[in-house]
Amino acid sequence: MSRYFTATITANLSLNSRHFLMELTSPKNENQALPGQFYMIGAGRGYDPLLKRAFSLFRNTPDGFQILYRIQGRGTALMRDMKAGTSVEVLGPLGRPYPEPSKKQTSLVIAGGVGIASVFSLVEKFPKQAYMLYGARSGEDLFYVAELRDAARALILSTDDGSLGKKGTVMDSLQELVSTHAPLLNERLIMYACGPEQMLREVSHFGMVHNIQTYISFEAHMACGVGACLSCAVAVKKKKRKQKSYQDGEPLYKKVCTDGPVFDAGDVAW
Amino acid sequence: MSRLDVQIGSMHLKTPVVSASGCFGYGEEYSEFIDLNRLGAVVVKGISLKPMHGNPPPRICETPCGMLNSIGLQNVGLKVFLKEKLPFLRTFDTKVIVNIFGNSMKDYEKLASSLDDAGVDAIELNVSCPNVRKGGIWFGTDRKMLGKLVAAIKESLQHSVLITKLSPTVSDIGEFAQIAEDAGSDAVSLINTIPGIAIDINTRKPKIRNIIGGLSGPAIKPIALRMVYETYRRVTIPIIGMGGIMNASDALEFIIAGATAVAIGTANFINPLTTVEIIDGISSFMKQKNLTALDDLTGSLHAG
Ligand SMILES: Cc1cc2nc3c(=O)[nH]c(=O)nc-3n(C[C@H](O)[C@H](O)[C@H](O)COP(=O)(O)OP(=O)(O)OC[C@H]3O[C@@H](n4cnc5c(N)ncnc54)[C@H](O)[C@@H]3O)c2cc1C
Ligand SMILES: Cc1cc2nc3c(=O)[nH]c(=O)nc-3n(C[C@H](O)[C@H](O)[C@H](O)COP(=O)(O)O)c2cc1C
Ligand code: FES
Repeated sequence: MSRYFTATITANLSLNSRHFLMELTSPKNENQALPGQFYMIGAGRGYDPLLKRAFSLFRNTPDGFQILYRIQGRGTALMRDMKAGTSVEVLGPLGRPYPEPSKKQTSLVIAGGVGIASVFSLVEKFPKQAYMLYGARSGEDLFYVAELRDAARALILSTDDGSLGKKGTVMDSLQELVSTHAPLLNERLIMYACGPEQMLREVSHFGMVHNIQTYISFEAHMACGVGACLSCAVAVKKKKRKQKSYQDGEPLYKKVCTDGPVFDAGDVAW
Repeated sequence: MSRLDVQIGSMHLKTPVVSASGCFGYGEEYSEFIDLNRLGAVVVKGISLKPMHGNPPPRICETPCGMLNSIGLQNVGLKVFLKEKLPFLRTFDTKVIVNIFGNSMKDYEKLASSLDDAGVDAIELNVSCPNVRKGGIWFGTDRKMLGKLVAAIKESLQHSVLITKLSPTVSDIGEFAQIAEDAGSDAVSLINTIPGIAIDINTRKPKIRNIIGGLSGPAIKPIALRMVYETYRRVTIPIIGMGGIMNASDALEFIIAGATAVAIGTANFINPLTTVEIIDGISSFMKQKNLTALDDLTGSLHAG
């Protein structure tokens, strides 16, 4: 039982030309990842590319887990070409998961683009509980829509080009949701978001304005994934008491890999 | 039976494999993956008197067979290290080497004597960090300053072994090793990362925020080996060799070039079991070659 293991790829499906779903095995008795946690996967053979790549848990399976990934650069391009039966080195599950909603809470789950990978299992874990807002560039970049419709209390889709769902961004959908369902704001809300940084920034702002507890999942370039190298810094707000021991004017950093990737939006120094 | 133990000054390491500073946290981060008791020593992240926040992100970038980093020496500071990090390391039967960094001679002296009092086995003077503007690298590239610093620290130590970590950004590293030896250093370690740059051609921005970062990983191995070789011919104190060691065969190259011990950095990120796999690999190599002690290998390069 170790968080470092060799996994076998059991499937590597194309969802469209840039997005793929990879299914991997994990060792028996290994802890399953919780929604919001991630794995680091060795995409190369030999030393180039050198570092492992981070991918969120998309969904647990009886024998392992799935990740949903977008072709970004060299590593993910190599992953795309991996056939079922190939083995890869994996580190994980890593990081802190999304805090779970309490029974009394209503979740607002917001995903932009490939950010769906991180929140999908959260929505599935609490069936019919979440308002799910999911946006992408166009309809062909929206995945697992039928499953999400089943799992969510309501699913609101949006695309930049209007090819599926509402034309606009998830933030437009969010504004519209609270203006047409005003009583929603009186419920005990908890908000979760994963997507491009600009979206996370806006979601955090929205959470602050409406006084909603908000959790966002961050990305950072990582080397170790276990808190040892301090590569994955994200600037957070200082707590008054601690400030003294540090030099003035310097921001305070947390590690995305072990303090995150999920952060309380109120803690992040944008 | 082949023996893997080595001697660094008065410090006895049960195996010649140690972690490289900054690549192994404070030891606890990797303790779930490997048995720290098997390492010759744990070398922790560079410690300064006051805690430091480090540089703004992005702090790393992957390059061919390597990576650039500019962490900026983020660390918990001396006080927290002594209170929260050292006790954990003390529960293991392995030596503790503390990498230290200061902005002034006084900083270094204070750090060294506090750590000496706390009973750490060795102090590694980081005079070669490329990621902070003042301090470190200046000591490491100025002959006079280096000699003065090493002598002053040596003077202030009662028990701890003194290791000087050399900068690769000098034209003749052997000369600097010799300065460290003459000033009383018990050992030298090398190499630290080599300053480098990577650029995003679309944004024309540097790929790490600090512009310049330190290159580590397999890409620097031939350079590191050359520097260990050159240093071995100039000093009699032990050398801790590092730079791109990924497996036992790499480690053996360093030993043959003249290293008494080896440190493993970037490789931990790729495979957290690297250190113990290297120990096992060296052990089976020695059996296979019927070698009884590592001494028979160290500096045994057949140059002719
Ligand atoms: C916690 C976490 C969870 C993630 N989950 C997913 C996911 O579920 N699906 C998905 O498609 N992507 C996810 N990403 C982003 C994914 O890690 C990058 O797209 C991937 O590393 C790109 O590798 P590459 O070799 O194709 O790109 P290259 O650009 O060639 O990579 C070069 C280097 O930069 C790093 N890098 C590049 N882009 C990113 C990025 N956005 N974030 C972090 N490191 C990056 C790479 O890891 C590599 O070290 C996640 C990132 C993090 C930090
Ligand atoms: C992320 C990172 C952080 C580092 N931090 C330190 C440090 O705090 N002090 C130090 O002396 N060296 C530091 N180093 C340098 C390493 O200890 C080592 O000298 C160098 O990386 C070469 O070895 P490698 O190729 O095996 O990584 C750091 C290296 C990396 C990659
Ligand atoms: S990736 Fe190494 S500390 Fe986060």
